[in-house]
Amino acid sequence: MNHHVNDYDADHESVYDGLLGGDASQWAFGTDFEDPLAGMDTSVPAGLDAAELADLCLRLGDDALVYSHRLAEWCSNAPDLEEDIALANIALDLLGQARLLLARAAAASPGLVPVLPEGSPVPVEDRLAFFRDDHDFRNVRFVEPENGDFAVTITRLLLFATHRLAVLERLRAHPDAVLAAIAAKGVKEVAYHRDYGGRWFVTLAQGTDESRRRLLAALETVFPLYDELLATGVADVRDEVEVVVDQVLAVAGVERPDVKPIGGARHTEALSRMLAEMQVVARAHPLGVW
Amino acid sequence: MTAALAHARSVAATVTDPELPMLTLADLGVLRDVALEDERVVATITPTYSGCPAMASMRDDLVRVLRRSGFADVEVKVSLDPAWSSDWISARGRAALAEAGISPPGPAPRRDGPVPLTLLPVRRALTCPRCGSSEVDLTSEFGATSCKALYSCRSCREPFEHVKEI
Ligand SMILES: [Zn+2]
Repeated sequence: MNHHVNDYDADHESVYDGLLGGDASQWAFGTDFEDPLAGMDTSVPAGLDAAELADLCLRLGDDALVYSHRLAEWCSNAPDLEEDIALANIALDLLGQARLLLARAAAASPGLVPVLPEGSPVPVEDRLAFFRDDHDFRNVRFVEPENGDFAVTITRLLLFATHRLAVLERLRAHPDAVLAAIAAKGVKEVAYHRDYGGRWFVTLAQGTDESRRRLLAALETVFPLYDELLATGVADVRDEVEVVVDQVLAVAGVERPDVKPIGGARHTEALSRMLAEMQVVARAHPLGVW
Repeated sequence: MTAALAHARSVAATVTDPELPMLTLADLGVLRDVALEDERVVATITPTYSGCPAMASMRDDLVRVLRRSGFADVEVKVSLDPAWSSDWISARGRAALAEAGISPPGPAPRRDGPVPLTLLPVRRALTCPRCGSSEVDLTSEFGATSCKALYSCRSCREPFEHVKEI
């Protein structure tokens, strides 16, 4: 009676047959990569240096990419479902910004893009994300460390989003129309991220003894790299950022920690470990086939 | 406007959003333009949020529906400027959202200078799309898609989604 299996195979098609109705474009998320800048004029405006513009986009894009990956590590691990979804949403917004910015960098300075074997379908922004080594990443160290507990995550998110919002607000007036448009769009998104971080910061500071203890410990963990964020960011927005940070600290009833900034290497070991995990699958299949 | 362009526009206007299928891309304000360049239809779309994962689906849906209506040559462009605003959702789109149990957005904030910090929960004057009660609580500013916040209703006790103002 064990030829039942064969009968089954002969009588039934795959359960996946017919799902698409013969039209592959009905497959989830489309048939192919789409160019996030499709049809846009990506020529570099007169008076701008293409390499400088590309470097600026790469720095902003790498900050968003690395931090997005960190925040996404909370997915299915957050204290409750709402925070899980919130952190994943913030990570998705940043990933979208990273994609646009890396695509903009590649269009401005194609020589930056790692070369893959002939026939590779990997789009330029993915080549930059998955085929550069750690020392070629231009992000600040601030976004690299592991997430720590929820208090560390919230403290880092508050400072990161406050700084990024101020930078993007400035860049809305950048002479490159593509970068200006990416920035203007990002402002709307990061405003939500900053308020989320600020509200949780105050909640943890004024919640239980345990939440406050953890928040105070988080300040000691996060602030040593804060100075670098302000100093090496893409625009000098220190004053605007500090006004907002002081406002949140005051409402939370928390003193700024007395910590020494960490100097030294441009990246931490945490970045190398993260990239090893993030890039391994793409690097194993540069032709997109397996 | 030529008859061919009018036809292309009316066909493109029927394509629905992959994540909010009760809305057309036109009602969502994502379809920015449909033009005819000789024989080629050029449709322009804009993402609601930077990380919108549905852009490839929207492109493929537009191409498929336009081709089916006899336009062999279709190009879909992306526009980022001006950035999408929830104000662009049409009156018909708002009615369709409410009908589907999703609370439509209020007016988006108009800002020229820096975005002010808001440490208190966002206050919106809205009603439960199921029972009409205004006794609603914000659960989270982030929901199942980038564009929505989560609420719950104190009267009917049901959760519902609200399209955020941006
Ligand atoms: Zn209700």
